[in-house]
Amino acid sequence: MENFSLTVNGEHIEAEINPATTLQNFLYKYVGLTGVKEGCGEGLCGCCTVRVDGEAVKSCIILALQVNGKRVQTIEGLAEGETLDPVQEAFLDHGAFQCGYCTPGMIMASRSFLDENPAPSEKEIRHALSGNLCRCTGYHKIVKAVLSVDPKKEIVAK
Amino acid sequence: MDQFKYFPAKDVEEACALLTQYGEEAKVLSGGQSLVSMMKQRLISPPFIIDIKGISDLDYIRYTDDDGLRIGGLTTHRSVEKSDIIINKFPMLAQMEYTLASVAVRNWGTVAGNLCSADPASDLAPALIALSAEVTLTGAATKRTVSLDDFFVDSFETIIKPDEILTEIHVPNAVMGGGIHTKFALRETDLAVVSVATYLTLKESSHDECDDIRIVMGSVNPFPFRVNRAEEAIRGQKITDALIEKAAQTVSEDIEPTADLNGTEEFKRDITRVLVQRAIKEAVARARTI
Repeated sequence: MENFSLTVNGEHIEAEINPATTLQNFLYKYVGLTGVKEGCGEGLCGCCTVRVDGEAVKSCIILALQVNGKRVQTIEGLAEGETLDPVQEAFLDHGAFQCGYCTPGMIMASRSFLDENPAPSEKEIRHALSGNLCRCTGYHKIVKAVLSVDPKKEIVAK
Repeated sequence: MDQFKYFPAKDVEEACALLTQYGEEAKVLSGGQSLVSMMKQRLISPPFIIDIKGISDLDYIRYTDDDGLRIGGLTTHRSVEKSDIIINKFPMLAQMEYTLASVAVRNWGTVAGNLCSADPASDLAPALIALSAEVTLTGAATKRTVSLDDFFVDSFETIIKPDEILTEIHVPNAVMGGGIHTKFALRETDLAVVSVATYLTLKESSHDECDDIRIVMGSVNPFPFRVNRAEEAIRGQKITDALIEKAAQTVSEDIEPTADLNGTEEFKRDITRVLVQRAIKEAVARARTI
């Protein structure tokens, strides 16, 4: 067992864990953040996407101990109180879910991408989300949702 | 994932000391985008993990006109992709990174990890070999620089010794040449079914003649494969479409692809022929614009 500490959605957490624990497993089981889904478990499907120090990563193929001292944000930490993030609003507006399993990863990947590129083209969105799979194949509405996020609205929201 | 003992190393010295102590039983973890996945599938179960990702000294990109490009081993793929100096001076490297796996993998995965895991489908390795890169391997009491041409010995196997870490990649300054890395994959950021990297220079006296060329194939051999026959056919010659097409044909004959879910051997040879033709033509066009 090893001790480590990190910040998850703004909250400082200290924990003692088995080194063979992935970040996804730690967030889901130990912290109870069930939005951090494990899909393929091999870094291919993107369901487990979270942000570490602001950058999207695949939490299922990162050891939890590797984020010692870092800042982690999950889908649970995206809304500010009752106010949803504009990406979450856009997904709702466009009905960009079917079963919903890929949604947290899709939204975290999109959020991270839009922070870098606030007014992307459809092609850029499809490239940015190529590491996130939707088994229901509902890509069209997802891309439309991301495309609809208004850069001006975001500045107000922040 | 099986149990292991975990040691985060704070610097290269400590990492090499730990590797000396635990020898072949230890595995070096950097971004772990291959390693952790393989451990979860129990393809490997190392009893000791030496985590070097926290060694910030090895995360850098430096460039001078005299020396060329130096990339620290623990630089992420994303940093290479977004580096202004790489975009300007070595555009084929930045373009290659743009389709190397998904953004989230590029954000965490490192260049040294990519090379040392020695996946036959690496995009990074052929691109760097085409650019005549060399790598520095640092051990507990040793430091050596080897050409990346000589680094790979088989699929998932390199010349790196158990106490060594790949600390730096050096790309000599690109002279007046043009290069490209391109791949055939089911989706643009997937592992390559076939990839090719080529870099060529033209003679100063005539922009129709090739001075030097490197052509490196990925995914179709156990490790990155320089196709000597095709290089020799073009080197020093007047470049024509017919010559390029003939050279590309020899590449499709010289590779050793294996049939898998992505296609038959014949299919991969055919894709190779077309991909190599396009790559060389594009490299020539780029060289002419410089």
